[in-house]
Amino acid sequence: MSLSERLHPGINLAGTDPEGHEAAEEVLFGFWIFLMSDLVLFAVLFATYAAMSVQGIAEGPGPAEVFDLTAAFLETLLLLLSSFAFGFALLAMKYRENRRSVLAWLLVTGILGVAFVGMELHDYYVMATAHEATPQVSGFLSAYYLLTGTHALHVSSGLVWMAIMAIQIAVFGFDKRVKLRLMRLALFWHMLDVVWIGIFTFVYLFGVAS
Amino acid sequence: MNWELIFGQITWNSFVFAGAIENPSLSEFIASGAGTVAVLGALASVILLTVKRWWVPLWRDWLTSVDHKKVGIMYIVTALVMFARAVIEGALMRAQQLSAVDNSGFLSADHFGQLFSTHGTIMIFFVAMPFITGLMNYVMPLQIGARDVSFPLLNAISLMLTIAGAILIMVSLVIGQFSTGGWTAYPPFTGIHFSPGQGVDYWIWAVSLGSIGSTLTGLNFAVTIYKKRCPGMTLFRMPLFCWTTLCTSILMIFAMAPLTAATIMLALDRYAGFHFFTNGAGGNMMNYANLFWLFGHPEVYILILPAFGVWSEVVATFSSKRIYGYTSLVYATMCIAVLSFAVWLHHFFTMGQSANVNAVFGIATMVIGVPTGVKVYDWLLTMVGGRIRFTTPMLFHINFLLTFILGGMTGVLLANPGIDFQVHNTLFLVAHFHNMIIPGVLFGMFAAVQFWFPKAFGFRLHEGLGRASFWCFAPGFLLAFFPLYWLGMMGATRRTYMWTDPAYLPWLALAMAGAVLILTGFALMVTQIVVSVRRRAELAAPLGDPWDGRALEWSIPSPPPDWNFAVLPEVSSRHPFYEAKKAGTAYRSPTAYEDIEVPRNTATAPLIGLFACAWAFGLVWHIWWLVVVSFVLMWAVVIARSFASDTEEIIPAATVKAANEAFLAAVRATPGVTRDQEMTAANRGRAVPESLEGGAGVLSSGATVGVSR
Amino acid sequence: MKSRGIVGLVAAAVPAAAWPGIACAGSFLEPAGPIAAGQISHFGVISTLMLIVIVPMFVALPIVLLRYRRGGKGTYRPDWEFNWGLEALIWGVPVALAFALGTALWKHTLQHDPYRPLGPEPLLVEVVALDWKFLFLYPEQGVATLDLLALPENRPVTLKLTSGTVMQSFIIPSLAGQIYAMAGMQTQLNVLADKTGDLIGRNTQYNGLGFATQSFKTSVMSQEAFAAWVQTTKAQTAALDAAGYQTLLKPSVVSEPVLYGNFAPGLFDKVIASFSPGMAQGHAHAGMSASTSPHHEHDHMQEAGR
Repeated sequence: MSLSERLHPGINLAGTDPEGHEAAEEVLFGFWIFLMSDLVLFAVLFATYAAMSVQGIAEGPGPAEVFDLTAAFLETLLLLLSSFAFGFALLAMKYRENRRSVLAWLLVTGILGVAFVGMELHDYYVMATAHEATPQVSGFLSAYYLLTGTHALHVSSGLVWMAIMAIQIAVFGFDKRVKLRLMRLALFWHMLDVVWIGIFTFVYLFGVAS
Repeated sequence: MNWELIFGQITWNSFVFAGAIENPSLSEFIASGAGTVAVLGALASVILLTVKRWWVPLWRDWLTSVDHKKVGIMYIVTALVMFARAVIEGALMRAQQLSAVDNSGFLSADHFGQLFSTHGTIMIFFVAMPFITGLMNYVMPLQIGARDVSFPLLNAISLMLTIAGAILIMVSLVIGQFSTGGWTAYPPFTGIHFSPGQGVDYWIWAVSLGSIGSTLTGLNFAVTIYKKRCPGMTLFRMPLFCWTTLCTSILMIFAMAPLTAATIMLALDRYAGFHFFTNGAGGNMMNYANLFWLFGHPEVYILILPAFGVWSEVVATFSSKRIYGYTSLVYATMCIAVLSFAVWLHHFFTMGQSANVNAVFGIATMVIGVPTGVKVYDWLLTMVGGRIRFTTPMLFHINFLLTFILGGMTGVLLANPGIDFQVHNTLFLVAHFHNMIIPGVLFGMFAAVQFWFPKAFGFRLHEGLGRASFWCFAPGFLLAFFPLYWLGMMGATRRTYMWTDPAYLPWLALAMAGAVLILTGFALMVTQIVVSVRRRAELAAPLGDPWDGRALEWSIPSPPPDWNFAVLPEVSSRHPFYEAKKAGTAYRSPTAYEDIEVPRNTATAPLIGLFACAWAFGLVWHIWWLVVVSFVLMWAVVIARSFASDTEEIIPAATVKAANEAFLAAVRATPGVTRDQEMTAANRGRAVPESLEGGAGVLSSGATVGVSR
Repeated sequence: MKSRGIVGLVAAAVPAAAWPGIACAGSFLEPAGPIAAGQISHFGVISTLMLIVIVPMFVALPIVLLRYRRGGKGTYRPDWEFNWGLEALIWGVPVALAFALGTALWKHTLQHDPYRPLGPEPLLVEVVALDWKFLFLYPEQGVATLDLLALPENRPVTLKLTSGTVMQSFIIPSLAGQIYAMAGMQTQLNVLADKTGDLIGRNTQYNGLGFATQSFKTSVMSQEAFAAWVQTTKAQTAALDAAGYQTLLKPSVVSEPVLYGNFAPGLFDKVIASFSPGMAQGHAHAGMSASTSPHHEHDHMQEAGR
């Protein structure tokens, strides 16, 4: 099979690093499958939220009373921008193999990611204090915190992973393993965008509109 | 001194022995006895390992290994150990129900509740799952001509997570009590309000560990099958066992997530006061039922499909014939896998949804019966035109065809909402799923052990004892479970520790007799393994092909070398080894050998398993320092591993060549045996293909068959 | 009921042929109403249809084993693996059968929908599942019972169910199948008894230590006897008020059925409202002071020792 026949979704190393591209075949496919099963988990959480946000409000507040659309919109921007920055990091890795620029882009990504998580924690804080909307209040809030919390946990572990990758870039440079790991981290990071878009739409927009 | 900070909620009374001292009764003595056996068993293993100086080999060659063959064997050993516990629990429940007609028997209601919960949980998550996973681990890479799975370390981690869950359940024998919520753990009964204490937490964390392990396994095997097949091995040339492995893996990828989500939600309800499944505050247990069975129904196909694969291999091999309707078996398997996601609601027809919804799911359930029926008749037709040998695995297969089809009939009955309304939650249901799982999955795995044991260890299992165990298992199953159908129709509910209707007595007595036979069968199987190990010289079949096999795994030595294939095979048909033997091209020396890269052993997986187990134990008992420390350590191991270089070792071509040429020389020096001598000491693992037997004179001696130069 | 005659024969023949002479009170094998009778006859229809795929296996397998055993008479054809005719047969027959079974299922399921009333003016009984007993409320008659369901013969009955505790599964096998009773929700079961007598009803969903003995008596009586029973019950001095209900919430096993001459109106709705959103009834928790109610209260140890 020629290299071009083995292209996989996302940034490919074909052309710049044939050996790395060869090795990417199996691990990237595996990671796509992992993402798929992770998405099934999110699908289940979405479904639970869909049921709970209608039937599980009980005596607690409803979606429209507790959500802050402005904050959610800013969070969306932060996360999308961080994904954008990660794209540049990966392009720098592929074409320039320049530690400095890759690390710089990763730093931008990381800062945006930290800001996202920080804003989300602030949202929780506001909800808990201003609206007394803690997860113990109702099934709807339990489902809301679990869905967004699982996403936030994913973003946080992505940040830890990013920090480790920064160290590995510094220590190992761009060897095959580091490249493949960065490519997988990128896929993971972009998937979290997709999930967040779902959350922003179904949880926040629909919630406030209802 | 704040003991709670150190030991969480563990107190003196948490230990099972305290119950026997404070409240001496037969029920408590049995509980303490089980605890004692668990402790003594662990102690005995420690002493044995120390006396025999096996600690180092155990660690160096097994626990740290990432070789799919060793991982597979460890999975199966785990399954057998857990089976021993759970089958005894099953027999205890039978004895209790027999003794409790119009009185309360010898077990307390609470003890009985724990027994049916651990029995079900263990049998599904820590017997059936590790058994099929172990088997797929061992066999699938060999059949597709691969040197290992795609992610060997991940594979070892899956194993260790499963073992961690199994250990957690074993610990519940000694410290604290287990859940009484059954293997399905329906809330709100399992919520903190109705089930305070640690029992349900044991269930949650043991199952969660197992389910994460299974998700990773599914991912790993699917990638392996898609990416690691040897040259020429197209999907439609794969042995059927590989097809069923693929379908099971896909099911694992999709089906385990709902279970993980459900257990996490139940845990949040219990630990943090969330309201997913509680009574009131917007909680709704119907959501749990949906999530659980969204996993639970595919789960039964996760279990049965690999067994279907085993049956396909067994029936073709012991009929010395091609499998009938390969393509239709593949499509039938795929149909089953897809449909298995469309029927989960039939587990709760009784929840009050509209008749239309019930009818749709009922019909979907019947539709699954179509591909299953096709498979059963494909196996029957495989025997047509064959030369059937009644070996132990084949006896299990024949028994499977007859009993499984009856289980299918009761399954179709249960698919009718109207009938399900009557027999749901009764012993009829219990009889039905045991009817599918015992002759289908469990006996399938037993047949697989008989079939592939010589491949894994280089010697056959004693055939006489194998047949003896079959003749206990098969009638034992019939006796133990067919009366339950009738009892269920008479209205006997499941999970019931005492009865008031004396008419149940004779049927319960029959079932008890069956349980005793099953226990005898298991004892005979253990004896068979012990006897076979002792007589391994006489039973040896190191040349790798004791059954006149058809797929690639039989073309290599038994046990296979670390690298499986000296040179990756090239395949041009569905029965590569069979065709090669027939054409006389088997056992040829390759033109050239190359260096082989294999992963080094690593302590990563056992350490992750250890910390995961400690983490779960801490969660069960609210020992928060342990939770934090073990969680950090678990991820520290992962991160440390990511910095490790030099994780592969090179086996030089010369080593591979020496080993392989020695094997080939031994094969050439050994005359092949016909199937008449299959069970004699003459069978060293070189077969004269049945299809050549009785042909030209020179071939019938077997001496020259397949020797190419 | 026309089909009952023919199919009922088949239905009775299937189990009876295997285990002659056994029939049980508290089982749908001895139906006391059209629903259970329909269920057993449907059982017979499906079993009979399934014989189409089962019998060939039981006939063919021994023949094949005999003929194609090693040393048998069958011709050895090691490479035979496919035949279009057989293929059509093994796919076609199950498909046709699934079609037939599916049709039967569809008809039976819609016809015997537990939510479908079995006639005009059904008697309404509200059922509250408790640990480990059932409370029956007769809103029209104004009486209530614990662990006793009195029903008039040949009058449709609508049972509305909910739970005051964990999920339970309510069944009177001789009349109709199960339906779950869940807190904060209402399910429904329509039954009709066509002969008088005592039947067994019970919970089939494990709900703790008292589960094994959680059964109740269903007394089917003539319409006149039922009217008389209502009058006798009304004369009972015991009444079920909100406080009395709180006592019932405590897990206990009832040894003798209890009759209440009257009960707090709307109790059933209040039980549901205590769990479901929007209705500020607050949570119903056990813990009220024990009254002199005639049921035993067990703690776990006592129950475990029984």
